[in-house]
Amino acid sequence: MNLFERLIGKKSAKNAKERLQLVLIHDRIDLTPLAIEALKDDLIAAISRHIDIDPANVKIEIETEGRSQRLVADIPLRSTPRRRTG
Amino acid sequence: MTAKIITVTSGKGGVGKTTTVANISVALALEGKKVVCIDGDIGLRNLDVILGLENRIVYDLVDIVEGRCRTRQAMIRDKRLPDLFLIPAAQIRDKNAVSPSDMIRLCDELKPEVDFILIDSPAGIERGFRNSIAPADQILIVTNPEMSAVRDADRVIGLLEADGKNPPSLIINRLNPSMVRRGDMLSMEDVFDLLRIDVIGIIPEDENVILASNKGTPLALDGKTKAGQAFRNISRRLNGEQVPFLDLNHQNIWDRFGWRR
Ligand SMILES: Nc1ncnc2c1ncn2[C@@H]1O[C@H](COP(=O)(O)OP(=O)(O)O)[C@@H](O)[C@H]1O
Ligand SMILES: [Mg+2]
Repeated sequence: MNLFERLIGKKSAKNAKERLQLVLIHDRIDLTPLAIEALKDDLIAAISRHIDIDPANVKIEIETEGRSQRLVADIPLRSTPRRRTG
Repeated sequence: MTAKIITVTSGKGGVGKTTTVANISVALALEGKKVVCIDGDIGLRNLDVILGLENRIVYDLVDIVEGRCRTRQAMIRDKRLPDLFLIPAAQIRDKNAVSPSDMIRLCDELKPEVDFILIDSPAGIERGFRNSIAPADQILIVTNPEMSAVRDADRVIGLLEADGKNPPSLIINRLNPSMVRRGDMLSMEDVFDLLRIDVIGIIPEDENVILASNKGTPLALDGKTKAGQAFRNISRRLNGEQVPFLDLNHQNIWDRFGWRR
């Protein structure tokens, strides 16, 4: 919300649209926001087995194009090479 | 002749499916098309009263399916429009009396004799909905510019996609232009942005819809109201005509200067 919107009070239609955008994304893929968090944790664990990543900055998003959706993951890698022992 | 079969559905109840079927049927018949509308809402018959034909029912959809009458005998001819027929729903409790293949069989029988078959689907996504979409060539989703109606419309669109049906078209009903202008109602563009299917019509909120249902004379019978015109425009679009959307914004002078928010 920008300052102007805060002063005049946010318009309810805008609110409705933003809320619906999120609800529809989760309805369509049949995953709740919590389930997506769990997926993110699994993904981090799986990738970490192979490569050193920065788990705090992993971003998982569902992008919408028309009526189709895609899962987009942005996974930053650690610059320091990981030492393997044994 | 081979009829085009159009089903009107929505997910959520009370958004205007029956009103839409009645008005589009009337509008198509006014254009000289031969139209049969079928009330698919078994147990909650309503299309008959909206069309003003409730006193002429002898047989109904379940009577046809169960062989108690010929299809012809259950078709009520509208005296105002001799090319418009109604097959009423039954008021029985057993919603499973009709199956999707019964509906396909009935439509196959009617198809060679009429130009359009319109099916009024019940709310929900159960048997009555399945029956109504089974024979459809084209599906119209009715929604209102508000949260739960848009959400339910999206669910139904998803189900139709999963079923491999032709992409449905959208009718946005009960749009209140002054609320949209104030920023307190989703606009046509907002609803399109959310649902991403073709918009085939926008119907304003109009108290004449209730007056018309009180009298049993659908608005599309005369073109004097905005809502009636909007329904007539949908029927022309269904006939393949390119018809621009009505300008619903002419109540005050600011609109002409594009003053919004
Ligand atoms: N554009 C409109 N303006 C005002 N009232 C409307 C409009 N469309 C529908 N209604 C009213 O909304 C109610 C539900 O409409 P109906 O067509 O029976 O919905 P559905 O068949 O989807 O349950 C009815 O009372 C009807 O008169
Ligand atoms: Mg209805």
